[in-house]
Amino acid sequence: MCLAIPGKIKSIETQYNGLVRMANVVFGGITKQASLEMLPDAQEGDYVLVHVGVAISKIDEEEAEKSFSYLKEIGELDELVEHSQIDRDGGSCPI
Amino acid sequence: MKFISEYRNPEVVEQYINEIHKITTQNWTIMEVCGGQTHSLVKNGILNILPSKITMVHGPGCPVCVTPLNLIDKAVYLALNKGVIMCTFGDMIRVPGSEKSLLEAKAFGADVRILYSPLEAVKIAQENPDKQVVFFAVGFETTAPANALSVLHAKRLGLNNYSILASHVLVPPAIEAVMNDDTARIQGFLAAGHVCTIMGISDYQPIVEKYQIPIVVTGFEPVDLLHGILMVVKQLENGEKKLENQYSRVVKPEGNPEAIKVINEVFETQDREWRGIGTIPMSGWEVKSTLTEFDANKKFAINIAKAPECAECIAGLVLKGIKKPYECSQFGKNCTPEKPLGAPMVSSEGACAAYFHYANVEAV
Ligand code: SF4
Repeated sequence: MCLAIPGKIKSIETQYNGLVRMANVVFGGITKQASLEMLPDAQEGDYVLVHVGVAISKIDEEEAEKSFSYLKEIGELDELVEHSQIDRDGGSCPI
Repeated sequence: MKFISEYRNPEVVEQYINEIHKITTQNWTIMEVCGGQTHSLVKNGILNILPSKITMVHGPGCPVCVTPLNLIDKAVYLALNKGVIMCTFGDMIRVPGSEKSLLEAKAFGADVRILYSPLEAVKIAQENPDKQVVFFAVGFETTAPANALSVLHAKRLGLNNYSILASHVLVPPAIEAVMNDDTARIQGFLAAGHVCTIMGISDYQPIVEKYQIPIVVTGFEPVDLLHGILMVVKQLENGEKKLENQYSRVVKPEGNPEAIKVINEVFETQDREWRGIGTIPMSGWEVKSTLTEFDANKKFAINIAKAPECAECIAGLVLKGIKKPYECSQFGKNCTPEKPLGAPMVSSEGACAAYFHYANVEAV
């Protein structure tokens, strides 16, 4: 139940006499409503993280690249090093 | 799907694993606090491909698992004897109480409903003005804004038939409880990314300093988890103790100020009992005393006698990372997801259920 899922805001409407902004958020194929009360700046097209019907965070596209740019860095470093024997005591990667 | 598939990419996963193998020279024990992370580690087979020198220990981060037995008995009582519409998240209704689970109460005619969001419970209250509606509000910091919002919506609508039975627990005091346990031998933590999405990361700095341990705020996808583990191992191998944020695409250092505001409007911090662990000081949120009409605990002043826990269940030891699920004599025998003896076998975030469903996990 702690899972929060990223989705894209398709459209925004208001409820409670215009007091509450609700977004239609697309997750893969399905659309679900999420309250935008925690994200007053969220706009159509933004990626947001939704947890139990409430959008709790915007996803930063630049930061999203970081895990991969980090790998690129170590990849480039690796090319400088001689092919080192990688100790694989856990067997081959099943993923 | 953008922002998901990249983080499950097998090639990227492999690169991270190689890097972890390359830098690991000593034995390290790392705890992931959050049950969602336990689930992802087990489901994606990550535990089997880490270096044997790295031991991942699963933490108490499953709110369903740590909700006290007494509170479940109370929810069952309210549903069966007080005629309330009892709403909660799916995981919660199968957790065994001392006599019945909410699912069994439903079979006896109680109106128990599984909802995706607490905000739906407010709608049910609006549509059923002659009935009392209670939302069994379990969760960590991540879920608190939604539960708090439901109270604010009900207040805004002037509803007098909505309340929440709060079972809200906090992660930083749980980390301290794990560290204060003499049997604990944790050397680094992956902190739960979604909790920090709400609260920010500053609460963890004092813990890093007090216990001299690395803490890395980490996401949930395989690449996130491996990146987080790599960051912790790197610190350990270099003798560093720092707070780092792997999950920066989602977690801002200050958290979500709007969400914190809503939480502070509805909840106040109190001591809380964790099932299987005991009372941890200032480790939970209760509805504020100024909002008692929305607090099911106060609204329905009932005293439920404390019942003893199932004697064979070692959930407390599993939740503190002292024992693995397969070390429990009941695991997979008298205790299965269909007939659970303890909460960690019910919730998909419980360590026992994760090990049961993805049985390829051997002693790691
Ligand atoms: S396997 Fe079942 S009985 Fe054993 S600790 Fe887990 S939940 Fe409790």
